[in-house]
Amino acid sequence: MIRQFGWGEFLFLLEGARWTVVLSLLAFTVGGALGLAVALGRTSKWKLLRMVTAAYIQVFQGTPLLIQLFFVYFGLPLLGLKVDVWVALTIGLSLHTSAFLGEIWRGSIQAVPDGQSEAARALGIGYVHRMVDVVLPQAFRIGLPATISFLVNLIKGTALAALLGLTELTRSGQLMANITFQPLQVYGAVALIYFCICVPLTYCSARIERRLNAAR
Amino acid sequence: MNYTFDFAPVFAAWPTLLEGIMGTLRMSSLSMVFGLGLGIIFMMMRMSGRPGLRTVAVGYIELIRNTPILVQVFFVFFGMPAIGIRLSGEQAAILAMTLNCAAYAAEIVRGGVQSIRPGQIEAGRALGMHTADIYRFIVFRPAIRAVYPALCSQFILLMLNSSLVSSVSAEELTYYAQTLDSQTFRSFEIYLTLGVIYLALSQVLSAVLSLIGRVYFSYPTK
Repeated sequence: MIRQFGWGEFLFLLEGARWTVVLSLLAFTVGGALGLAVALGRTSKWKLLRMVTAAYIQVFQGTPLLIQLFFVYFGLPLLGLKVDVWVALTIGLSLHTSAFLGEIWRGSIQAVPDGQSEAARALGIGYVHRMVDVVLPQAFRIGLPATISFLVNLIKGTALAALLGLTELTRSGQLMANITFQPLQVYGAVALIYFCICVPLTYCSARIERRLNAAR
Repeated sequence: MNYTFDFAPVFAAWPTLLEGIMGTLRMSSLSMVFGLGLGIIFMMMRMSGRPGLRTVAVGYIELIRNTPILVQVFFVFFGMPAIGIRLSGEQAAILAMTLNCAAYAAEIVRGGVQSIRPGQIEAGRALGMHTADIYRFIVFRPAIRAVYPALCSQFILLMLNSSLVSSVSAEELTYYAQTLDSQTFRSFEIYLTLGVIYLALSQVLSAVLSLIGRVYFSYPTK
């Protein structure tokens, strides 16, 4: 008796989707914090720091995410760390996120008119306050649509966790397809769940972008 | 840290890796060409006056852009046989990557077409040209020229994403590397080398694409 793909099987996929969401949020939070550091490094006045962060971004944008994840997964044990798939994936995806968000936010920081930070400097405001109170709030607005689009890419990217054996949405789909022998329906359902997670974000990003363009 | 690095087995396997590089380049370049062609068709449907065509195109583009490419690859490779279409790993990979690339290319090229001043299209229409001819002789070149950098980064992304099709046993670089890994157990060295190769490939591809762009778009604009 072969199991049919029904409601119970669909709920199993939703269970997997929960881990997709958790992994995405984890990587987005950690990667976002690192990404801010990368963006500040990229726009710093020290040439060395700019060069190092530029190389960092180049490496992550020029290699496949899958290889980055494999690299972290097999590289961490060499540093004497005990690796759990979760830890390896969170670190790998966070590093990936930090490079992409770093590049997006560099663009937003540079898009803030120079006059803003010159005025702050003329008022004797130091680097930290100049960034936190003057430049970053404006950069945040400019960078928001691209940041949300990247979040969509990140959610789609977590599908690769399936290839390292973490039972998130795609891996649940693989398991279910093997049990039910109905790959068409199962992968269709998996795609539909990703679609339902990503579409609101895509829509949001497009809406904010339109509003920003109208304001300009 | 008491690990001895040993790159010898990795470098000794260079003919295999070279074959993998050829596989990656073959599959991704075919998908780029087919994907751009199909993307242009979807773009024309998206911009056409018929609501039915437009809805189909928008639905397709949004569906592809909001689902992971890995799931698309699985869908084509494991799902298609259920409706009687049996594909080899490489065929499934090329088909999935083409379908994926088409959706992104459609949106990118649409941006370019919208940047063409309406007066040019109206001029074509006034001369009695057919829509297809207007696209072919007036719109395409300057439209693609306007969005060429975005198109290039999409192509590079496609090449990098082709590493995923190793999971359906399409014989490209990552596939051979994984085979090598299971024979030598030099995982770290292999994936480090692989990263370097992909980095080099993306630089080379970027240079080649910009050269093609410089030749193809080298016409006076004024």
